Formats: sequence, C-alpha cells, structure tokens
Amino acid sequence: MTDESHPPAARDRGTLLKPKLSPTEKGARFFFLVCAISALGQMLLIMVFLFTEAGRLFVSLDGEKGVSLGEFFLSQDWYPTYPSPSYGALALVAGSLSVTLLSILLAGPLGVGLAIYLSSMAGRRSREWLKPAIELLASIPSVVLGFVGMVAIAPFLQNALGLPSGLNILNASLFLAVMATPTVASLGEDALSAVPQSVQDASYALGATHWETIWKVILPASLSGLSTAVILGLGRALGETIVVLMVAGGAAQIPLSLFDSARPLTSTLAAEMGETAIGSAHYHALFALGAVLFVLTLAFNLLAHYLGKYWRRKA
Amino acid sequence: MSVILRVRQRAPKAKKPKAPARRLPPWAWLPGLLAFLAPSLLGPGAWAYRDPNNLVVSGSTTTLPITQAAAEGYLATRPDLRLSVSGTGTGEGLKSLIDGLVDVAGASRDILPAEAKRALDKGVRLQRHALARDSLAVVTHPDNPISDLSLDDLYRIYVGEIRNWKELGGEDRPIVAINRDSSSGTFEMWLTLVLRGARYRRDAQTQPSGGGVAYAVGGNRNAIGYVGLGFLNERVKALKIGGIGPDLQNVASGAYPLSRELYLFTQDPHSGIAQDFLNYLQGPAGREIISREGFLPPPAP
Repeated sequence: MTDESHPPAARDRGTLLKPKLSPTEKGARFFFLVCAISALGQMLLIMVFLFTEAGRLFVSLDGEKGVSLGEFFLSQDWYPTYPSPSYGALALVAGSLSVTLLSILLAGPLGVGLAIYLSSMAGRRSREWLKPAIELLASIPSVVLGFVGMVAIAPFLQNALGLPSGLNILNASLFLAVMATPTVASLGEDALSAVPQSVQDASYALGATHWETIWKVILPASLSGLSTAVILGLGRALGETIVVLMVAGGAAQIPLSLFDSARPLTSTLAAEMGETAIGSAHYHALFALGAVLFVLTLAFNLLAHYLGKYWRRKA
Repeated sequence: MSVILRVRQRAPKAKKPKAPARRLPPWAWLPGLLAFLAPSLLGPGAWAYRDPNNLVVSGSTTTLPITQAAAEGYLATRPDLRLSVSGTGTGEGLKSLIDGLVDVAGASRDILPAEAKRALDKGVRLQRHALARDSLAVVTHPDNPISDLSLDDLYRIYVGEIRNWKELGGEDRPIVAINRDSSSGTFEMWLTLVLRGARYRRDAQTQPSGGGVAYAVGGNRNAIGYVGLGFLNERVKALKIGGIGPDLQNVASGAYPLSRELYLFTQDPHSGIAQDFLNYLQGPAGREIISREGFLPPPAP
C-alpha cells in the first residue's frame, strides 16, 4: 500500500498501528465490521423486498392484467376487495399528507417555541421539570393517545363544532402534533444550544437585548438545525399508524375540509394487511402503498438534509 | 435603535487527513450477508417445530369469542394440554392452516377457490366443520328514532343516494355511514348481502373491528354501522330489517336476512386433540358457549 496521496502522518499511523493489532483486536474489528454490514444488508434486503413485491402490482401475472401506474397514482378509487377491484392510491396519499402537514403546522411552532424557552429562557428549576415532562410525552404509547382521541376528543369536537363526526383530520392532527412536538422540541433545543456562548456574549456586548439576541443571533445561526428538527417531526407524524387508524375516521377520499375524515397510507396497511391473501393483487397493492410511504419518508429526510445544508451555507 | 449583527461561524477549512485505507479481504462482506440471510435460507420450516400437546387455534376474529371461551372450558377438562387461541382473520387463518402452523382455523366464510387451490398445490386436504350461524345487526345510536329499514334503504345509504336521516322519516341530521375494513369477512358479507357488489360512498368511514364500529356508533347520533351479534351492547340500537329483528328466533328460522354460517377448518386427517376440541364444541357445553356469545349453534344432530 504505497499511495503517495496520503499525507505522511496518516500513512505513519496506518503502517505503525497495523502490525500491533493483536488477534483479539483483529477479531473484534472483524466482528464490528460484520455488524455494520449486516445492518446495511437488512436495509438493502428490506428495500429490495418492498420494491419487488410492490412492482408485481404493475405487471401482468397469471393472466391477470397488471394495474397501470396512472391508475395507482391518479385514481382515488380504493376498492381492493371488490370482484372488479380498483387500486387508486391518490386519496390515501392525500389522507397521509393532509394529517401530517396539519399536524406539523401545530407541532412546528409549538416545538420550536418550547426549544427556545428551554435553551435560552428557562431557569434551572423549570428546565428540570420541563425536560422530563417532554420526554414523558414522547414515551406515551400511541394506542393510549388514540384511545383518548376516540373516547374523549371525538365526541367533544362533534358537539362543540356541530360536526357530523368527530373522527376527522383535525382530531388526528391534534394527536399527531402531540406526538411530534417532543421530537421537534428536543432536536430543536440541541440545535439552539449548539450556538456558541461567545456569539451570544458578543451580541450582548454590542448592546442587544435578550430578545434581539434570540431573534437576530441565535435563531438565524441555528436555522439549519431547526429546519431539520421540524422535518424529522414531520417524518414522525407521517409514519404514525395507530393514532390515525383510531381517530382519522378512515374514509378513503380526498379531504376538502378540516372536518372531513381521511384514511392515511399507514392505517390502510394496518387495517387490511391481516386479511389479505399472500400473492394476490391486493397484497401487492399494499406493498405498493408501503413503497410510496417509504419514498415519502425518504423525501422528507433528504429535504431535512438539504435544508440543513442550505441554511448552514446562508448563516 | 436596533443592533444589526451578522454571525459568521465558518470555521477555517482545514483539510482533514484522509484515513489510511484499511486492508480488508475482498470477501469481507460475505459473512455479514450470510449471517443475515441464514434464517431465511433455512426456510419457514426451521421455525415450525410443533409440540404434540399444544393445540393452536387461529383464524377469523368473528369466531374468536367462541373459540376463546371454548378453549377455557375445554382446558378445565384437560389440564395436561396447552391451547393457544388467536384471531388473525379468516384469510390469514386458512393460510396458516394450509402451511401447518395452526391446527384449527375459524372462518367467517367458506373457503375461496384460490385458497382451495393453494391447499391442493401443497398436497393438503382440508375439512370443514359447521360452527355456528352468525348474523349482522345494523346499529344506530339509541336516540335515533329510526328503528326499521329495508335492505334497499341500507343499499341507498351506503352507496350515498340517501345522505340525511330526514329522507327516511328521521331527524334532520347527516348520515355518517361506517364500514368495517374492506378485508374483513364482515365487510364481505355486507358487500354481498346489502351492497350487492356496488361501491360504497367515498366518505364512508372505516373501523378495523366490530368493537370499533359499536363504539363509534354508540358515540355518534348521526352514525349507522353493522356488527356481528356478539358485539351488540347497550350503547347501540339494533335495527329491524324489513320488520324482522335480529333475535335468535328469526335468525334460527332463517327469516332474518343478514345471516351467514361460521366454520372451523382443520386439515384432514387432523390430530386427536383437534378432534377432541371439535367434539367439545359440538357437545352441550360448546353449544351453550356459542349461544352465550350471541351466535346460534347448528341444529342438533
């Protein structure tokens, strides 16, 4: 190994350390390498499995005509168990996006506000209480939240607002927001705390007030981390299953108002997977829904990555 | 006076020294992949060890209350056995039965041609045993003044031609139609008997279980739904269909229109314990359990 591009120091480290590796060390290194590769392998195999199973919906098999991509993505008719079935995912995608986006409209400002309070306003006492409380909120099982939504919030919303049904997008978004807020708050707090104390001191030294320091110094400097926090919260809400299954109402339609009921991708998968014959078109259609969910989640993660980079460059 | 501050945080860009290339054998990825793949290479058979004293009952969630209660009663007579009962849905239960993972599968419908073909391909013969007669009750909120609807009314409500209770002589309230999830045996029965193959209205809500439907209807004066008789409770009101209520007499005589047979499936031949369990269910104790759970036992032999 005589690659001239390595700086001498690094090469020394490489050549000096290598002979000293004992067999135990070598074994350990090999073991951890196997761990790392198997994690990667799991990811790859899941992806391959997901996309091949999903892909079979679109090809003709056993004389059955495949579903066209146009029908899957553009039709809002999801009637998978009818004698002449249709597999339009548009209404389900719309259901997922509507509850997710509405929930992040609630959880984003709330979570960022919490993060600001925690990182630069709260005294030690209130921090000591608030931090565990937020962690506790994050650890409530979602089925408990769903139950509360069904038993308490749905009748309340229906009576208070005079709605046909309290199982609707608004109800689901409220609970998704409850679940996403801790994610946004704790990731946001990390981002805000990463702004160096020296920068804040400089701001105060120039005569800025506490508020001006937060608004004009800390926030712009941590925009990258904050946008990542909000989008990861969005991902949390997008993947949530039980809460939306219990409180979103489950109507496979494109929702036109806050009070319409909706059927997100996740709850469709959860409700229909158990009773579907393996290898049927319906089964592959559910995998196709899973693939759509996977791509949406991936898109949100990439968005978080690039927004983070963008704001870091701007700052 | 406002203070304008610009924060520049860019650290001086120092080129990180590249880590020296680790010399690994070119096949280093292989053990990882193998470690990951090994279980799947062994196949499902590797996990399928079966204890001969353990009876596994699975299948439809509609038959679950019966098989669960029967399992408790049966175990009291045979404490040496182990019984595990779960509800996975008719399709899943039959699939597991064909794969030999369960001994008895409850079914809320007859076997489908595709499933029969699957069994045939695997060289497995299945045996069907009549378990009980199940009926769907159409339910509304107890305060809803409507108490009798025809099958045609139900059809028009669920396809969306009737959208207000007032059109049926009730209050001026929108109708919230609640479906079971479209994979369930219960929905399949509704599709056949009420919808007659027509597509339900898009804004029909979905609940993943009979209990969920009963709960949602009991909490909403606008709602209508359908559940197995076993899920009826005091929070909901069961409607008459064309003047005939879902009581045991009407169900037994076949006069009540929303009825279906429930079955248990086993492999043929099946184990002695499985046959024992079936005998228990068809005996007096089993028949009492079936009636107690809100179903109608098959006519006595």
